[in-house]
Amino acid sequence: MSAPLAGTGAPGPGSAPHAATATPRRAGPPAAVEVRGAHKWYGAHHVLDGVELTVPAGRVTAVLGPSGSGKSTLLRAINHLEKLDSGHVLVNGELIGVRRQGTRLRELGERAIRAQRGRIGFVFQDFNLFPHLTAAQNVAAAPVATGRRTRADAQEWARSLLGLVGLAGKADAYPRQLSGGQQQRVAIARAMALEPGVILFDEPTSALDPELVGEVLDVIKSLAGTGTTLIVVTHEIGFAREIADDVVFLDGGRIVEQGPPGEVLVHPRSPRTRAFLSRAV
Amino acid sequence: MNEPPAAPPQPAPAPAPAPAPAPARDSLPPGPTASPPAPADAHGMPFAAGGTATASAAPRRVLPQRRPWRWAATLLLLVVAAQVAHGLATNPFYQWDRFQYWFLRPSILGGLLITLKVAAYSAVAGLLGGTALALGRLSRNPVVRAASWLYIWLFRSVPLIVVLLFLYNFSALYKSLSLGVPFGPGFLSFDESHLATDLVIAVVGLSLNEAAYAAEVVRAGLLSVDHGQHEAADALGLPPRYRFTRIVLPQAMRAIVPSYVNQLIGLVKSTSLVFYVSLLDLFGQVQNMGSTFPGDVVPLLLVATVWYVILTSAVSVVQYYVERRFARGALRTPPPTPPARLRAAARALRARIALGAAA
Repeated sequence: MSAPLAGTGAPGPGSAPHAATATPRRAGPPAAVEVRGAHKWYGAHHVLDGVELTVPAGRVTAVLGPSGSGKSTLLRAINHLEKLDSGHVLVNGELIGVRRQGTRLRELGERAIRAQRGRIGFVFQDFNLFPHLTAAQNVAAAPVATGRRTRADAQEWARSLLGLVGLAGKADAYPRQLSGGQQQRVAIARAMALEPGVILFDEPTSALDPELVGEVLDVIKSLAGTGTTLIVVTHEIGFAREIADDVVFLDGGRIVEQGPPGEVLVHPRSPRTRAFLSRAV
Repeated sequence: MNEPPAAPPQPAPAPAPAPAPAPARDSLPPGPTASPPAPADAHGMPFAAGGTATASAAPRRVLPQRRPWRWAATLLLLVVAAQVAHGLATNPFYQWDRFQYWFLRPSILGGLLITLKVAAYSAVAGLLGGTALALGRLSRNPVVRAASWLYIWLFRSVPLIVVLLFLYNFSALYKSLSLGVPFGPGFLSFDESHLATDLVIAVVGLSLNEAAYAAEVVRAGLLSVDHGQHEAADALGLPPRYRFTRIVLPQAMRAIVPSYVNQLIGLVKSTSLVFYVSLLDLFGQVQNMGSTFPGDVVPLLLVATVWYVILTSAVSVVQYYVERRFARGALRTPPPTPPARLRAAARALRARIALGAAA
C-alpha cells in the first residue's frame, strides 16, 4: 500500500469495500463515506484542516457547525465539486476524483469523475434547478444524458420520483412556477434520479421561508431508513436531533465532535459545540 | 363615469323604489370607500338604477389612471406622420412611378437573391465559427484560449472592406492554396482561380468578420448562465455535449438572440460591400442601374431602402418568436403573442367604449 494511504484502511482500486474501514467506534454497518486527512486552502485560509470522517452506510449524518467552519467545503469534497489539496475521499470503498499513481494521487479524467458523481446525489442550498426545463424534465435529464434510460422510460421514472416527494401534480410545471419548498423537493427527486447510494444535502432548507422548511425536511425524513446514506449539512438542530443517527460538529475546518445526537446535542464534550448550541437554540 | 365610486353607507334620502336591497348592496364595499358623503351625481346614477347586474358590478370597478399626455403625444405624432406621408406622396422628387417600375425588376430581384444568399451563408457560418471561438475563449486549454483571442482581436481590428479586398486579390498573392507540412510537400491543393468565385469570396470574407463579432456575443451569453447551473450539471455527471446543448446553450440563448439579431441586421446591410468584389447584390444592382439611368437614382435608392426594410422586418419577426421560445420557464406566465395582444386590446377598447356609453 502506498505511503500517503498507509494506515487509512483504503482498499486497492479493485478490491471490494471491506469492514476494516468501518468506524472503530461502533461495530455498525460498513462505511459509505470516508474522508481521510482532508486539507483544503483558499489562499491563506485553511478551510479544511485534516478532517477525518467516517459515515456508516444507510444512516443519516447531520453536519453542524458555525458558518465558515468548512461544512459545505467538506460536503462538496465528497463528490469532488471541491478538489482537496491533500487527503482523499472514499465512497463505498472507491477513491473519489483521484487514482493512485505510485505513492501519489492523480486527478481522474472528466469521464471517470462524471461516472462517480452519478453514484452520489447532491442537493444544493439554492436548488439550482434547470429553469428552462419542467420538473419532470429536470429529473429525467441525468438518466437520459447518461444513457441509462430511454426518454420515455426516464419520463415515467421522473414522474414516479416526483410522486415520492409529493409533487405528482407538478410534473409539467417550470421551476419558477413552484414555491421554494416545491423546487427543493424537485431537486431532491433529481438527485435521486440516478439511484445513488449516497445523497449529500448542502443546507437544503436555508434558502426557504420558515413555513416551507417542514415539507422539505419531511421528504428527507422519508428517505432515511431506505438504505440510502444521507449526509445533511444543516442549521436545523431540531431536525438533526430528530432524524440524524449521527451528528458531526465542525469548527475551524476540524471535526470537533461526532456521535449520536443524544450525546453531541445533549451532552456536548467540546466547549465550542456547547457555545454553538447555546447560541443556536 | 370617472368619479371614484363611493358607496354611501347611510343614504338618508334613499330612493323610494328599492329600500330593502340598497343596504345589502352597500355593505359589500367595506369601510374606506364609504367614508365621504357621496357626490350627488354618483349617488344618482348607478345606485338608483337598482337591481340590475351592471349597477351592482359598477361600484367595485377600478378605473384606470387618466393619461392626457399620452393623447397629446399621439396627436403630435399623427400630425408629423401625416406630414411625412404627404411629403412622400406628393413630392415629385421621389418619382413613385419609377419606383414601381424598378421594385420588382428581374435585375433588382437577382440582386436581392445574391444579398439573401450572401447574408444567409455568412450568418450561419459566422454563428458556427463564433460559437467555436467563444468556446475557445472559455476553454481550459490556454493555447486554445490565446488562439481564439488572437483571431477575434485581428478580425475586429481589420475593416470588413479590407478583408474583402484582400481575399479578392488573394489569387494574385497566392497562385495555389495547399494544405500540408510548411515548407514540405502539400497533400491537398486548390487552384485559386477555380475555387474563388465572387460569391465564395464574399461569403468567406463576411463569415470571417462575422465570426469574430458573433464570438463575443455568444461568449457574453454563455457567461450570463448562472454558475449554479454548471455546478448542478457537474453534480449530476451530465456529459459535456448534453450539458452544452441542453442545459447551458438554451439558457444562454436568451442573452444571445437579441445581440446576435443586432449583429445579423448589421450583416444584412454590410452585404452591400460585396459590390467591391464585383458581386452584384441588391445595392450593387441599384448602383449599376443608377449609373445607366441617372435620372432614376432616387427611386432606385428607395427600392433598395424598401427591400432592406423588408429584410430587417422579417428578421425582427423571427427574432420575436425565437426569443419567446427560449424564454420558456423564465416567466411564470409567458406574455401573449402580438396578435393575441391586439385582440386583447380590441376587447379592452370595446369594454371602455361600452362603459363610456353606459355612464
